[in-house]
Parts: sequence; structure tokens; C-alpha cells
Amino acid sequence: MAALGSPLRTLRGLLRELRYAGGRAGRPYRDTPAYQHVVAAFRAHRVTSEKLCRAQQELHFQAATYLCLLRSVREHGALHQEYHGKGERSPEEVAGLVGFRLPQQPGGKG
Amino acid sequence: MPRQQVRGAPDPPGPPQLPSGRRRRRRGLPWLGGAGPAGGTHPPRWDPLKVTPGQERKRFYQNVSISEGEGGFEINLDHRKLKTPQGKLFTVPSEVLAIAVATEWDSQKDTIKFYTMHLTTLCNTALDNPTQRNKMQLIRAAVKFLETDTVCYRVEEPAALAELQRNEWDPVVAWAEKRYNVAIGSSTSILGPNIPASTKETFVSHLASYNMWALQGIEYVITQLKSLILSMGLIDRHITVEKAVLLSRLEEEYQIQRWGSVEWAHDYDLCELRARTAAGTLFVHLCSESSTVKHKLLQD
Repeated sequence: MAALGSPLRTLRGLLRELRYAGGRAGRPYRDTPAYQHVVAAFRAHRVTSEKLCRAQQELHFQAATYLCLLRSVREHGALHQEYHGKGERSPEEVAGLVGFRLPQQPGGKG
Repeated sequence: MPRQQVRGAPDPPGPPQLPSGRRRRRRGLPWLGGAGPAGGTHPPRWDPLKVTPGQERKRFYQNVSISEGEGGFEINLDHRKLKTPQGKLFTVPSEVLAIAVATEWDSQKDTIKFYTMHLTTLCNTALDNPTQRNKMQLIRAAVKFLETDTVCYRVEEPAALAELQRNEWDPVVAWAEKRYNVAIGSSTSILGPNIPASTKETFVSHLASYNMWALQGIEYVITQLKSLILSMGLIDRHITVEKAVLLSRLEEEYQIQRWGSVEWAHDYDLCELRARTAAGTLFVHLCSESSTVKHKLLQD
């Protein structure tokens, strides 16, 4: 089986990611369906009589996959914002890069 | 100066009369009084998700919620129901998947960034099937990747990379061979490994046991990782997403260890690949499972 680590760690990570992702003004992230489903699912599958419970493993794998999804989407968005988010420069800025200024043309171009 | 209204002006001419006395019908312009296409008169529906190129779509909804309909679970943006790009109603079979899609929509801040919403994209693809492939075509496309599978395609030099490939990829190939009872092998030739036909048939029949939605997800993951074996490892929960992505990018990781990492390229690609692979894997699992909770009583 996959090396997943402890379920508690996955749960903590998931709740943290949901805190970053959710929470509009007026609606705390704890009210979102995702948060409630995650907490309920972890609570329901906590206790099992078997030593190596397959359903528990499957659910933990799903939770870990969702955690990976949320985390990488957030990190990707942050990287995009930092490096690729500025868009194009305006013509004035481009001219300013080499020390020129665009001429003032009150009648418009051409 | 404001124009003065002329009193007593004649009324504007009415609808033109044909010589035969018949009224000419204004076709297809419902808001000008003519009859629209068969279906009655109603104003054209404004599609909030149509994007003019070069402009980003602002977040136009406050609340995202889920409701259960006839075909499955639907997403509501305020009072509007979400639709696919081709106009169909957006329904998913699994409630957990609906919750995850709703979270994607809810996590958009000021503008809607469609390129971050991987689960929504996968659901749209499954619902619309824009490439119009049937189940067999999807399976054949997926199994075709085996001929150029990343983990079977080895280098001979540099020796350190060749050894790394042996150490990291051989166990996964061995696992796949044991799990599916097939012969795969690996190759250093430029033509790639020689996969026997029985191996391909085994994978074809194994993939045929998944439904259409799960198959879309599987084919997506295979395309992202460039490897059928790694994708099956993910589907069978043998390796985690992070590990699968690491194995898929083994040569890049080797070069990064040697020459250093460039954040705006390497980390960027890594995060994007992880996001897409995780979305695809989650999609497959949610579309192909049915969960029941059995409550066992404690017996003394």
C-alpha cells in the first residue's frame, strides 16, 4: 500500500487548506460543505475493529489525494501570481525601459 | 439645445403589408416582436460563463451550493444552475465529487480562473465528450501509451541516471507485472520496449471494467504522467500522487539535483502536474466507487 503517514496529519493539512481556500466574508470556512464532509468522514471511519481496514485505507488515500490537489493548486496559483501574473507592459512602460517618452499627440495617433 | 417634440406627427408606419395582404414575418428576432425559432418567444439567455477573449470572468455569484436532481447532483451558483460548455445541465453521480467541485467554485476570489478548476474541467469533459470517443476508443488510446511508457524507456548514459532509473522504476514495473500477471520489461533502445499482445489484451480487459466517467479520468492521468504503469499504480493505490509525479519526472529531478531548481519553471511545472494528477486520480476513485457504511455492534 502507499506510504501515507498518519491520518491525523492528513486531516490537519486538509483543514488548513480548506481554511485558505474557503471563507468569504460573512460565511466562515467551517460552514462550507467540504469542511463538514471531511470532518464527518474522518469521525465516522475512525473506529474500526480490524487491524488493516481496507475501507479506512481507501478513504485515507482519497483524503491524501484531495490534500495534494488543494495544496498544489494553491502553490501553483501563488507561483503564477508571482512570476507570470503581471501581464504585458503598456507602451509607456516599454518606452521608459530604454529611456524614451512617447510623444504627446493631442489629435490622436496618425 | 434639447430637441422639441413635434406635436401631431404622424404615427410611424406599421408593419409592411405585402401585396397579397399577408404580414411579413420577422424571423428569429424575438425581442423585436418576431417569432423566434420553434420554442416560443423568450429573450436570449445571458450565459455568464461566456468569456470574451482577453477578458477575465469576474466572480458573479455569492454562494455555491449543491442540490440533488434527477440525474445526479447539481451545482448552484446563487440561484443559477451550472451548465457545461455545450449547454447541458451539470450533473455528477457522486455527492463527494459535487462537494469538491463546489469547493473549487467557492475558492475563486475576484476572478474565475478556469485553469485551476481541474475537477470541473474533468466533469465537463465526461458530460460533453467533445472528442466523441466511445469506450473502446478511450481504452485503446490509454493502452497505446504502454508502448512508449516512461518507466520502460531507459537511458544508457549518464550512468548515475541509468542507475537511478533502475532503482526507482524497476520496483514499479515489477509490481505491475505481478499485479496484472503480465510481462512488460524495459528497454534502452530507441524503439522502446516490445510489449507482447497478451499484455495489451490484459490491460484492455481490465480497463473495460471501469465506467465511461472513470475511463475519461484514467486517460487524463495517463496523458499527464505519460505512463500507463504509473497511472495504474495510482488507481490501485500502490503509490501516492507525489510519488507518481516524482517517478514521472525522474530525469528532471535528477537534473535539478545536479544543476539546481528554477522556481518559476521547475516548481511551477511540478505544482501543475501534481494538481492535474491529483484531480484525475480523485475523479477516477469518486466515479468508480460506491460506499456503504456498515455499523458493527461491539460484541463482548
